[in-house]
Amino acid sequence: MMQQDDKLSTIPENDADERERLRNVRPADWRNPTPARRYNLAIVGAGPAGLLAAHAAAGLGAKVALVEREWLGGDCLNIGCVPSKAILRTSRLYEGMRNADHYGARVPGDIRVDFPAAMQRMRDLRARISRDDAARRLASAGVDVFFGDARFSGADTLMVDGTTLRFSRAMIATGARPDTPDVPGLVEAGFLTNETVFDLTQLPRRVLVIGGGPLGCELAQAFCRFGARTTIAQDMPLFLPKEERDAAQILSDAFARDGLDVRLNSKVVGVRVENGEKLVDLVSDDYKSTVAVDAILTGVGRVPNVDDLDLEKAGVEYDDEMGVHVDDFLRTSNPRIYAAGDACLEHKFTHTADASARIVVQNALFLGRKRLSALTVPWCTYTDPEISHVGIYVRQANARGIEVKTFTVPLHEVDRAILDGETDGFVKIHTEGDSDRILGATIVAEHAGEMINEITLAMVANIGLRTLAQVIHAYPTQAEAIRKAADAWNRGRLTPRMQRLAAAWLRWRR
Amino acid sequence: MNDESNDEDLLDGIERAAFGYFRETVNRANGLVADTTREGSPCSIAVVGFALSVYPVAVERGWMQREEALELSLVALRFFRDSDQSGSTDATGHKGFYYHFLDMQSGTRVWRSELSMIDTALLIAGALTSSMYFFGETALEAELRVIADQLYRRIDWRWSQNGGATIMQGWKPESGFLHYGWEGYSEGIVLYVLALGSPTHPPGHDTYKAWTATYQWENLYGCDFLFAGPLFIHQFSHAWIDFRGIRDPFMREKRSDYFENSQRAIDVQREYARGNPRGFAGYDEDCWGLTACDGPSDADPDVSGEQRRLFGYAARSVPFGPDDGTLAGWAAVASLPFAPETVMKTARTMVARYPAMLSDGRYASSFNPGLIDMHGNIWVSPGHYGLDQGIVTMMIENHRTQSIWKLMRSCPYIVAGLRNAGFRGGWL
Repeated sequence: MMQQDDKLSTIPENDADERERLRNVRPADWRNPTPARRYNLAIVGAGPAGLLAAHAAAGLGAKVALVEREWLGGDCLNIGCVPSKAILRTSRLYEGMRNADHYGARVPGDIRVDFPAAMQRMRDLRARISRDDAARRLASAGVDVFFGDARFSGADTLMVDGTTLRFSRAMIATGARPDTPDVPGLVEAGFLTNETVFDLTQLPRRVLVIGGGPLGCELAQAFCRFGARTTIAQDMPLFLPKEERDAAQILSDAFARDGLDVRLNSKVVGVRVENGEKLVDLVSDDYKSTVAVDAILTGVGRVPNVDDLDLEKAGVEYDDEMGVHVDDFLRTSNPRIYAAGDACLEHKFTHTADASARIVVQNALFLGRKRLSALTVPWCTYTDPEISHVGIYVRQANARGIEVKTFTVPLHEVDRAILDGETDGFVKIHTEGDSDRILGATIVAEHAGEMINEITLAMVANIGLRTLAQVIHAYPTQAEAIRKAADAWNRGRLTPRMQRLAAAWLRWRR
Repeated sequence: MNDESNDEDLLDGIERAAFGYFRETVNRANGLVADTTREGSPCSIAVVGFALSVYPVAVERGWMQREEALELSLVALRFFRDSDQSGSTDATGHKGFYYHFLDMQSGTRVWRSELSMIDTALLIAGALTSSMYFFGETALEAELRVIADQLYRRIDWRWSQNGGATIMQGWKPESGFLHYGWEGYSEGIVLYVLALGSPTHPPGHDTYKAWTATYQWENLYGCDFLFAGPLFIHQFSHAWIDFRGIRDPFMREKRSDYFENSQRAIDVQREYARGNPRGFAGYDEDCWGLTACDGPSDADPDVSGEQRRLFGYAARSVPFGPDDGTLAGWAAVASLPFAPETVMKTARTMVARYPAMLSDGRYASSFNPGLIDMHGNIWVSPGHYGLDQGIVTMMIENHRTQSIWKLMRSCPYIVAGLRNAGFRGGWL
């Protein structure tokens, strides 16, 4: 069991924003509706996938039941993307203040971090966004919202706290939860995860982050910028091990500039509590060290929520690691039941949950044949700079025998990045052989998450670099790097023979 | 004197001074050579590999008697043959590999260093160079060849894969294999060629393919090339292997070769230095050399009058860093075979601007023109590093006479390794 660090978590009970959020995502006075005789679609889990499917299906006239165990909005709204991006924004601002002289501005004389204010702002914004996911809004859209534990009781039935719901089709969208690292003493010492870290109202003086994946990297940088003495331990040679090596290198440099204590190739092997301090033992190859901290945050991955659903009774195959087993049409081993989002997908992002839910609505309700594998899925790690990616990586292309060429544009070649003082980054676009077909791209930039959308659009619409080179990009923008990559592809087409012919033509035309 | 003879004199001076490092730092009792000239420096096995490779150069240039070169080489090879291969914490090696750093006197492991695959490869490349050069029928030269063969054949390359697809970077008796291997183009190509030439313990037949599957072919600054950021990566394997015109499957697909690739790497370095995106002092197209080298991390932060992150010994890299304004003059000179005219101009410019990078005619590991002390002196890495002197000697020699390339073209293990890796064409 996970343990929260109560000393650091004291959101006042009368916090207006919290009251509003809970009123929206889990109204205290909610009465579950009387079930319909049979539902077109019964959805288990009201995270991004469940909410999207509920709205979409109800909007098309389907009778929809949506069952949620805890909060509407799921991890994304309550303990994921929404709160984390809110506090990252504040942490970026503090970093901007400290570096004001890099931008020709005076560093404020008294930069005092107001962590409670940052968290209050986060709660305010989270409550505001929760209005979209409010239970009453769903109900008024025609969705039967049930709060309670859902368990399948047969191939076409499920039970919610003693009430039976019958369905023609069902969708499992129960999401995922943080994995707990198997470290002796960690549970006893207490630790934070994304489920608890956003309840903090005081900044821990010293923080250790276990895991160099996206969540660990984002929050480690934020805590560091808030002024906590922050250590990040990653049991690999680089952060974000799935990403491009240069991207991870730039991130390591950025962390070092921030003053993060970076411990790569370091495994956390034990935690002890002595005199109120958490002492964390690290091993790097054969070197041992101990870090004393006030809080430990784990971000080592996520495991799908497939327990306590009685999936066996519905004939749905699953395992604890991969989650619910689905085919390319997101159908489970029970042809009536589909799955979407983190409960079944490798890429556990809000936007893939969203996209997979759209597939399920079409396939489950309208005999659709939409495939998961046809999706082009971008993702982004919201560190500073951000790291975004879409499509395949070069190592994947090489492994599949696809000839790949990468067009690299460092941001120090892009005027807007120079003017913004944001030159640590790049755009890399991978193309197939000598063609202009885009296989994938990685972008490292302040707003790489925004920039990757252009590449994703190009890939989905089958637009190659030849066409991108003709697209006028507003000057000066950092997205011009994409056009520069396309220009480089164009220049590569200019063979010596073509150059000679062009020169001869121009001589004749003089 | 004309420019050509001027260049020749300049290169002769640099090469001879670089060679002098080995004569001055070798322990004649066991053939081990110090990693650096700094007080208490241990031996680096890679530096011994360079030493074994440059003794023949010195003989041919008349800087050393053949007998002395033979003696120094034999002493070193005998030491490694007879060394403790138990893999214990204070042994010298294990499975035919050796610990990266050894005590200069006892030859046992120091600094809890790792059993190093790449540094063993550089040592063995030197041993094979030696065995190719000392081709005489005397008992001593015959003995040298036998030992070099023994050392090569006993390396268990398959073991170094630890069951994986590629060769691991190292192993420690306390913790086993370092849990990362080689990824992306690197100086490891000589390691793979040597491994694949082994008649006794070769790696799996897909090893080279698995390694090259991590390559990244990029268009950067208008140059198409196999990307690697630090310059030494584009040099080290070329010290022994003549890559002109020979191509593995990857380079055949790209219609290039590794020699041409190093030329592009120089173009990229020059373009980066010309653009100088981080605004460091001294950088321009005739002043470059970002590579693995010493750095000013211990320098007094006040001397520069600016806030900047400084690194110690690190693989400085183009274009994404790390870069703290530190350059290596030797890295430019070690690029000589790839672009002689450009490099000569660069070498002259750099030394003229920053003569302090040379002491006793020998390149310091690095210098930083932006870090100036109260006496107006730029920061220069103290002393000298053996790796730098080795690559400078070998690459100047390859530029002048190609003698090491010619020797190694006849080395059956190198030839077999290249062929097994899929190299074809050219001299092969």
